[in-house]
Amino acid sequence: MSWVNAVVQGLLLGGLYALFACGLSLMFGVMRIINLAHGDIAVLGAFLVWEVSFTYHVSPFIALLPVLPIMAAFGYVLQRSVLARSLRGGPLIPLLTTFGLSIVIQNGLLQAYSPDVRSLGAKAGTISTKSWVINSRLAVPYIGLLVLVLAVVVLGGLQLTLRRTPFGREMRATALDPDTAALVGIPAWSVYAKATAIALATATLAGAFLAIRSTFQPSSGPTQLIFAFEAVVIGGLGSLWGTLGGGIVLGIAQTIGANIDPRYSILAGHLVFLAVLASPRGRILASRSTAR
Amino acid sequence: MTTVRGGPIGSSSGWLVRRSTRASAVASVVSLVLVVALFLVPEVMGANAVQQLTSLFTFLILAIMWNALAGYGGMVSVGQQAFIGFGAYSVIFLTQHGVTPYLAVVIAAFASAALAAIESLLVLPLRGGQFAVGTWVVAEVLALLVTLDHSMGGGSGISLHGLNRYSITDRRDYTYWLSLAFMVLLLGSVFLLLRRRTGAALQAIRDDEEAAASVGVRVRPLRFLLFVLAGFGCGAAGALILANTSFIQPTSIFGVQYTAYMIFMVLVGGLGTFEGPIIGAIVFFVIQYNFADEGAWYLIGLGVVAMGFALFLPRGLWSLLTDRLHFQLLPVGYRLTRPEKLPVIANEGGGVVSEHG
Repeated sequence: MSWVNAVVQGLLLGGLYALFACGLSLMFGVMRIINLAHGDIAVLGAFLVWEVSFTYHVSPFIALLPVLPIMAAFGYVLQRSVLARSLRGGPLIPLLTTFGLSIVIQNGLLQAYSPDVRSLGAKAGTISTKSWVINSRLAVPYIGLLVLVLAVVVLGGLQLTLRRTPFGREMRATALDPDTAALVGIPAWSVYAKATAIALATATLAGAFLAIRSTFQPSSGPTQLIFAFEAVVIGGLGSLWGTLGGGIVLGIAQTIGANIDPRYSILAGHLVFLAVLASPRGRILASRSTAR
Repeated sequence: MTTVRGGPIGSSSGWLVRRSTRASAVASVVSLVLVVALFLVPEVMGANAVQQLTSLFTFLILAIMWNALAGYGGMVSVGQQAFIGFGAYSVIFLTQHGVTPYLAVVIAAFASAALAAIESLLVLPLRGGQFAVGTWVVAEVLALLVTLDHSMGGGSGISLHGLNRYSITDRRDYTYWLSLAFMVLLLGSVFLLLRRRTGAALQAIRDDEEAAASVGVRVRPLRFLLFVLAGFGCGAAGALILANTSFIQPTSIFGVQYTAYMIFMVLVGGLGTFEGPIIGAIVFFVIQYNFADEGAWYLIGLGVVAMGFALFLPRGLWSLLTDRLHFQLLPVGYRLTRPEKLPVIANEGGGVVSEHG
C-alpha cells in the first residue's frame, strides 16, 4: 500500500513540476531559448507573493492576484530589453545572459531576504495541511490535488490557446519561421514578448504553489529549473500535454526513490531523465529540437 | 575577403602569407621567458604570492577550458563542475588507496578525461540549452552519489591526507609548480590545436557550425576532442583546488558557481579568442581578491557584468585591442601582406565572430 501512496504522491508532485515546466517549454517552443533563470524567476515570484501576503495580511491565494500581472509585465519588459538583444547575438548569448540573470536574481534575493528557509503553508490556512484520508496508508492532500488540477487547467488552457485562437496561431507561425510570419504581418517581437509574459506568470504560479505546499529559499531556483527541464525532456519537447506527462513521471520517480530511501529521491528523478536522454527516443528528441 | 581569390598561397599576385607578426614574435619570446620566470617564483617570492598565483593558475585553467568548449566548440556547459569535483574526489580516492598525493593529481586529470569520454556519449548529441542543462544534471548526479558515499566523507566533506609527509613550504611550492605545469600544458595544447589544421576547422565551427560541416569539417570528432580536453583540464583544476585547500565538500566543489566564474572570465576576456580567457582570468582574480568578502553583492556584480558583456561586447575586452590595432599576441592565425599595402587580416586566431555565429 505504501507503493500506491508513493505513486499517488508522485502524481501530485508531478503536477507542480509540470506547472514549473510549462513556461520553460513555451519559451523554448516559441523562441528556441532555454531560460536558465526560469527557476529563479519562479522563486522571485514566490518572494513577491510572500511580501504582499505579509504586508497586507492576506492569504497567498489573494496575494497572487496582483503579483501575477506584475510578473507578466516583468516578462514583457525582460523580453523587450534583454532577451531581444541577446537573441540577435547568436545561439550562445541567450544562454549566457539568462545564466547571468539567474545569478543576479538569486543573490539579490539572498541579499534582501537572508538564506532562511520559508514556507507560505501557514498563511494559506488549513488547505495546505488537510488531506482527504482514504485509509491509514493513503491520504490525498488537498493542496497537492489543487496543484495538479491547476496544472491541467493551465497546460490545457495554453494548449487550447495555441490551437484555437488567433494569438495561438501567431505564436505557432512565429515559432516555425519568424521572418515569414513577419511578412504576413505578425511582428515577432510582440509575439515573443507576450510569450515571455505568459511564461513568467506561469512560473510565478508554480513558485507560489511550491512555497505553499513545501518550503522555499533564495537558492531554490536552480533545482526547480533542473526539475522543470527534466519534465520537458521526459515528456518530449514541444508538446504541452507531454510536459504534463513528463512532470508526472519525474514526480513518481522521485517519490518511489524516496520510498526506498529518502536520500534517493532526487537521484531517482535524475536517473530517469538521463535514461530517457540515452534512449533512442531521447536521441530523436535531441536531434529534432536542433532543427529550426 | 575577395582579395584572397588571386590564387593559392601568395606567389604571382604579390601576396605573402605570414603566420607571425613582429608583435607576435616578440610576445612568443616574452611568454617563454615569462614561463621560465614563473617557474622560479617560489625561489624568490613570499608564501602569499605563491599561494595567490596558484589560485590564479587554477582559474586560468578553468577559463581556457571553458573557452575551448564554448568559444570554439559552441558548447555552453553548465556542468564542468562535474569534472572539477570528480578530479578532486579522485585524488581523495587514490590517496586512500596508497597513491602519493601529487601523482594522484596527475592520475585524477586523466580519470576526468575518461569520465568526459563516457559522458560525451550522453551529452554530445544535445545542442544549446539542452547540452547546458544535460551537463548540469550529470554534475548534480555525481554530487549526490558522493554525498551518499560514506568512505568519501558523505555530505560533510573530507580532508586530503598524505600531504603531511611534506613540509608546508614544499607542499605550497609543489602545488604551485604542478598548477603552472598544467596551465602551460593546457595553453600549449589549445595553441597547437589552433595553429594546426584543426585550428581552421575549430574557428569555422565557432563561426558557423552548419557551414563548417558543409565544407567538410568533421564536427563530431572535434567536439569530442574538445569535450575530453576540457574534462582533463577541469579535472586537473579540481585536483589542484583540493591540493591547495586540502579540504572539500561536495556542495561546494560540485557547485554551479564554478560555471558562473568560468562564464564571467571568458565573456569578459573574449569568447572564442586565444588570449581572451587569460585576460578574463586575471581580471576575475583581481576582482575576487578585492571584493570576494562582499558576499551576495560580489556575485550580483559578477552577474551584471557578465550580462553586460554578453549583450554589448560579446567578444570581450580582447576584441577592443584586436579590432583597433590588428594586434595578435601569439601566432595562431594566418595573415596576408602585400609589400606596398597595409596588412590585411585573414582568419586570425583572435579573429572575427560572424553575427549569426
